[in-house]
Order: sequence, then C-alpha cells, then structure tokens
Amino acid sequence: MTNISVSNALLGSARAPGSQAAGPAAEAAPARMALNVSNLSAWYGSKLAVSGVSLDIRANNVTALIGPSGCGKTTLIRCFNRMHEFAPNARVEGSVLFDGVDIYAPGIDPVRVRQRIGMVFQKPNPFPTMSIAENVAAGLRFLGVRSRSAIADRVEAALRLAALWDEVKDDLKKPGIALSGGQQQRLCIARAIAVEPEIILMDEPCSALDPVATLKIEDLMRDLSQRYTIVIVTHNMQQAARVSDHTAFMLMGDDGAGHLIEYRPTQDLFTRPSDKRTEDYITGRFG
Amino acid sequence: MTARPAAFGAHGPEALYRRRKLVNHAMTAAMVVAVVIALLPLFFILFYLLKNGLSGLSLDLITEDPNHPGRSGGGVRNAIVGSSIMVGLAVAIGVPVAIGTGIFLSEYGQNRAGAMIRFVIEVMAGIPSITIGLFVYSVVVATQKHFSGFAGGLALAVILVPIVARITEEMLLLVPRSLREASYALGAPRWRTVIRIVLPTAMPGIITGVMLGLSRIAGEAAPLLFTSLGNQFYSTDINSAMDSLPTRIFTYATGPYDYWHDQAWAMSLILVGIILVISLAVRALFGSRVTVRQ
Repeated sequence: MTNISVSNALLGSARAPGSQAAGPAAEAAPARMALNVSNLSAWYGSKLAVSGVSLDIRANNVTALIGPSGCGKTTLIRCFNRMHEFAPNARVEGSVLFDGVDIYAPGIDPVRVRQRIGMVFQKPNPFPTMSIAENVAAGLRFLGVRSRSAIADRVEAALRLAALWDEVKDDLKKPGIALSGGQQQRLCIARAIAVEPEIILMDEPCSALDPVATLKIEDLMRDLSQRYTIVIVTHNMQQAARVSDHTAFMLMGDDGAGHLIEYRPTQDLFTRPSDKRTEDYITGRFG
Repeated sequence: MTARPAAFGAHGPEALYRRRKLVNHAMTAAMVVAVVIALLPLFFILFYLLKNGLSGLSLDLITEDPNHPGRSGGGVRNAIVGSSIMVGLAVAIGVPVAIGTGIFLSEYGQNRAGAMIRFVIEVMAGIPSITIGLFVYSVVVATQKHFSGFAGGLALAVILVPIVARITEEMLLLVPRSLREASYALGAPRWRTVIRIVLPTAMPGIITGVMLGLSRIAGEAAPLLFTSLGNQFYSTDINSAMDSLPTRIFTYATGPYDYWHDQAWAMSLILVGIILVISLAVRALFGSRVTVRQ
C-alpha cells in the first residue's frame, strides 16, 4: 500500500510556540494529547462566538462537545481544522496545538492542516457527480495519488472501516447520492478516513439520520476511535453518554459567546457534575 | 388583509370558501390563456417554417453552391459550412473565456472588482449585435483591409461571452456550500475544489448556457454583415469573406426571385434543425449527469 499520510515534517516546518508540555487538564496517567487548545476565541465579524476555551483532546478517544443551541460548539469544532475561516470576516485568537505545532501559527497552510484533521458534516454531503468509489477516492486524488491499485485498496479499506463495504461492494460505480441518508453519512466517513487523518471532527453527524442509522454511526465511532481521535459535536446528551470518553459542556454566557463550563470524563460529567449549570442542563432543567 | 375579516363577517365561511374556489379557477384560467398567447407565435413560426421550408428542401440545397443570381437551382452548401466554421470559431474562442470569467466571478468576485466586472458584462450583454459587428469591423476588418470569417467568428464570440459568463457564474453559485466544505475538509486547495468539485457539479447548467448562447449566435445576421460579409462561393478560408446562413437568408428573403424565397425558407428550417440536433446530441451526451443531479 502506498504511504500517503502527510508526514509531520509538513507541519513541522513552522516553529512550535511554547513547549510541548501537557495542558492543564492532563491527568496523572500520561495520556497522549491529539490537540491542546488554549484560550481559543472565535469571532464572526465583530460578534464573539466562542470565548477563551482551553481544553486538551486525548488521542484515540471520543471527545464530545455538548450544550444547547447557539453555545458555540460547532464554531469551536470548526476552529480545530481551520474551517472556521471560510465564514466571512471570521477571526480566531488563541492557539490550537497539534503535534506541538500551533495550527494558527504564521506560515502554516490550512490545506495541510485539513489533510490531517478531517471532518464529517451535519448533513451527508457526498459529491453528486461522483460514484461511491470516486467519492471515497476524492481525497486521495487531491493528495496526488495516481496508482489505480493503491486507490482501489484504500477505497476498500476505508469502506470496510466505515462498515459500508458489504452494502456497496457490488455498486461501487453507482452515484454516491443514490444511497440512503445513513449510508451517505458512512460514505462521508469513509471519504474522510481514506486520507488517513489523525483526527476526525464530526459536527452533529447523526442529526439528519433516523435512530437505526444513528446507532450504526455510533458503533462506528467507537470502533474508529481505536485508530483515530474523534471529536463529535452533538446536541443529544444520550449520544454523548453512549459514545464518548470525555465530554465538554458549553454554554452561552452573558456576553452572548460560548464558554466552556466543564470538561471531564464522560461518566463523571453525567454522574457527578461539578458545576451547577452542567447539572441543570443534563437533568433537563433547560436547553 | 382587511378583506378577510369582512368576508367572514358578511358571508360566513361557506361563502368565503366558494369565493376562494372561484378566484382559484379564474386565476388558473388566466394563466392558461397567458401560456397559450405566449406559445402561439412560436407555434405559428414552426408551422410556417415547416409549411414553406419543407418543399424547398432537397439534397442539392446542402451539396451545391449558389448558381448565378436568377438561374434557379443550386444550393447553399457554402452558407452551411461558413456558418458552422464561424459558430465553431466563436465557441472555441468564447466559451473558455466565458467559463473562466464565470469562475472568477463566482469564486473570487465577491468584492468591488467582481462587482465592476459583473456590471461590464451586463452592459456587454445589452449591446446590440450590430454595434458589436461595427466594433469588430473597425478593429479587425478595417485594419486588415479585408472581410474575413475570422472577424465574423470573433464578432459572434463577443456576443457569446457575456451570455455564457453570466450563466456560468449563476450555475457555480448554485453549487451548495456543503460540497465546497467537504472538499476543503479533505485537504483540497481552493483551485482544486473549483476544478474537481464545483465545476463538474455545475456542468449540466453551464452546458445548457453554452447551448443557449450557441443558438443565439447561430441565428445572428447583423454582426456578420460587415465582418464576414458573405460569399457567393464555397470557402473554408477564415482569412477571406465567408458565407453564412443568416446573411444568405437575409439576401434571399429580400431578393426578387421566387426560388430565392423558397430557399430562404428552407435555410431557416435547416438552421433551426441544426440547432435542434446539436441540443439533443449534447443532452444525450451529458444527459446521465443531469438526471443524477435530480
């Protein structure tokens, strides 16, 4: 199999600000951190959407971002692979360390960042002009992989990982948008993992799906977390409880911007929340 | 808004319902009448075209060149070939420029410069075609000191560009943001996203735009009158005067001979037929994509 994963040297060319020390949320057991987010604020024009968030995302974990609508969780996750800057007049302050390198440092190419930090969106968005196989191969082609056999291998591997292979192996030439909604979303996951990113960001990946398809994606997330680091935004607390290892609870503050209220192992957050506002939210008193 | 409470008060719900139904029927009827009036001229054109044109159609018409004026018989092969060459030239020159402009406007033109270019294109689309012919005459024909098929093709290209550029921009803007984001999230740079994702997704619409522009320029006589001029003889040399269907139709339809009038009708039918065949062929070629897009 051709090695196409983008080497660390690509990001390593920029200098790393600060040391590579573990963030403040690190526990006694030395867990490898996939992302160290510190004091991250995000704006849309003059409107502050996320204010001063610091948290560390553990590698090979599922980390959930929960909170009521408008609390900035989608904005936050889009800051993790520099998708936020596609919004008009978008601005970010603070730092997101990935392998010890700030992805917002000058000289860092956001294209390189996104090659290693993939994303799955709220609504399944397969490319309509492409077949199932072409959809999965799209990222590989962007990376310049030419070899047909290498691409075919990677397409099959990605579809197997996304638990879609058995359903589509005879229809690889059919258009991707001919699949059902749940299958389309798994196709999008296959498309994201085909380029072998280290982190997969999922922005409410099940909100457009029925319960059966949702459960399939949740199973998939658990499996994928053995190989990848997964960050998921969800407004569904049960989903966060089911799939995630750590959960971050966000809330809109008086300033109209999203703040991080509490970030702990999922079980702790749901059974012994330390903040009154977290308790109110998870017990259904608001939101 | 004030009519509703009054209707309720005065007539009660049953009367209101009957009135609503009546209005509904009246509006539907009015729209059907409008459609019929709109389609009537089209229907008559096709009817007259077939009625007058079919009798003039013959193999000689498309395989032979015109006889000396006044001697009946002969054909219009030179006009058909000339039109094809000049329209092909216009498409070859105009479509790449137009699609490039459309891409620039939709992907990089959401600013002052884009607004300015958009305005210029709108103005260009509104320029009468005879003015464009005059422009090409003064720039190309007058400097080269001879009429040419190239000048004719260029004039047609100038007409084609704003039509296709505007449709391209609109079609590209219709491509959902989610597809662009999916591409960016895979680590695709912007230009690759445009070429590999946005452009193919919008392609059926752009092709429709090109077809629309092609049908428009294929029937243009005014810009060719003093660029390609017309030619009594068969010529495929784009550096000399070239015949075209619209200019020959104009000459024959306003000329003194009955067989000219017949041939003018037949040429009109050929022109419409060629455009129809090209449209159907393009649709058949790219049809699968159109249906995939739903």
